[in-house]
Amino acid sequence: MTTPIAQFGEFLQRDRSWHPPAYTPGYKTSVLRSPQKALISIENSLSEITGPLFSRDELGALDNDLILNYAKDGLPIGERILVHGYVLDEHGKPVPNALVEVWQANASGRYRHKNDRYIAPIDPNFGGCGRTLTDENGYYFYRTVKPGPYPWRNNINDWRPAHIHYSIFASGFAQRLITQMYFEGDPLIPGCPIVRSISNEEAVRGLIAQLDRGAFVALDSMAYRFDIVVRGARATLFENHIQGAK
Amino acid sequence: MFTEVNKPVYLKETASQTAGPYVHIGLAPQQAGFDIFENNFGNVLVTPETKGERIRLEGRVFDGSGAIIRDVLLEIWQANAAGRYNHPADRQQGKELDPSFRGWGRACSDFDTGVYSFETIKPGPVVGRHGKVMAPHINMWIVARGINIGLNTRVYFSDEEQANAADPIINGIEWVERRKTLIAQRSEENGQAVYRFDVYIQGPDETVFFDV
Repeated sequence: MTTPIAQFGEFLQRDRSWHPPAYTPGYKTSVLRSPQKALISIENSLSEITGPLFSRDELGALDNDLILNYAKDGLPIGERILVHGYVLDEHGKPVPNALVEVWQANASGRYRHKNDRYIAPIDPNFGGCGRTLTDENGYYFYRTVKPGPYPWRNNINDWRPAHIHYSIFASGFAQRLITQMYFEGDPLIPGCPIVRSISNEEAVRGLIAQLDRGAFVALDSMAYRFDIVVRGARATLFENHIQGAK
Repeated sequence: MFTEVNKPVYLKETASQTAGPYVHIGLAPQQAGFDIFENNFGNVLVTPETKGERIRLEGRVFDGSGAIIRDVLLEIWQANAAGRYNHPADRQQGKELDPSFRGWGRACSDFDTGVYSFETIKPGPVVGRHGKVMAPHINMWIVARGINIGLNTRVYFSDEEQANAADPIINGIEWVERRKTLIAQRSEENGQAVYRFDVYIQGPDETVFFDV
């Protein structure tokens, strides 16, 4: 090994000021669901640097095609879009075989979920979830319809900007991440209490997918580009390696 | 003026956002009320071939008012019965991999009762930092509506008193009184070992959460 950054190793410390804090009263549900005591910081051990690994044969052929994976007797209503990008670590290294799971509302802003009571209709041909593994270059893509904005009970007239939820697995359980992707130009983004749980504007910009004309499919679909960064491994200069680890 | 040619450049980790109330659609669609994937990830980590003592890990998650959180999603990650993780970074000597045990599971609290559960095996001890053996434990990650960034904790076992007393992570918790929030309580139900692990997100009994 010529580089001090091992394939697996302890992770760079998480920058908690970049992420939303637990307690963000503008997003009311966080008030009673936020730990009040300080997190206990621990050195990474095998328990943190390892994590579940996934393989292609666990996924179905249409798992990354939300336009077709729940189509019953027609296609879902909505703007057809492709979403694509790379999963990278903090060193800029591509992360292959990362499991990317996504879920979203349909084009009218309604979720296929027994707890969603919004008046907008369920789309009989749209499930609203998908998943894919990044390839050897860390690249992923899926096809869907653009989700609609919807109202939610926080302040009485709050509306979520259009968004797609993401769940990411890289190679270590300490890299586990859930986030939301927004769409360039959506005027609802700046006022959203969930977006505003993040205080750093640059961190918010990292959640906004950009229209990608180069990836449009002519006469078929628009495209958005969304890259994801997961924690990278620390350099291991002059350091004891984690006992029992590679 | 100097330009900072050699300034090291790191990308920033993508910022977290809450999993929201509809996390089940993406991660557990059957609980959301529909069937879409052929292969669903779930709360059963064992097959008949898996080595080790069968256990059920179950509990509830409470908010700061003492109410049960019924829309939580939990994941666990653990070593096998020999104390080895099914991962290429684990090179512990003399511990066999168990091909029928991945060690990862995902569960949701029940919308009515709020109870979550996992069917798994009791893990063996794993060597920790500085050669100190860690007591058997299960790593747990919790997300839900209102939780802005996933919460990491560890589940230890009430019948491992000696190992727990020597565990470097438990001992690193300065507040001795808080250590007990990480201990799952063992009981037997119809011959099955059950460990109860309730999580308190906030309040006087707040569970210890880790910045890993």
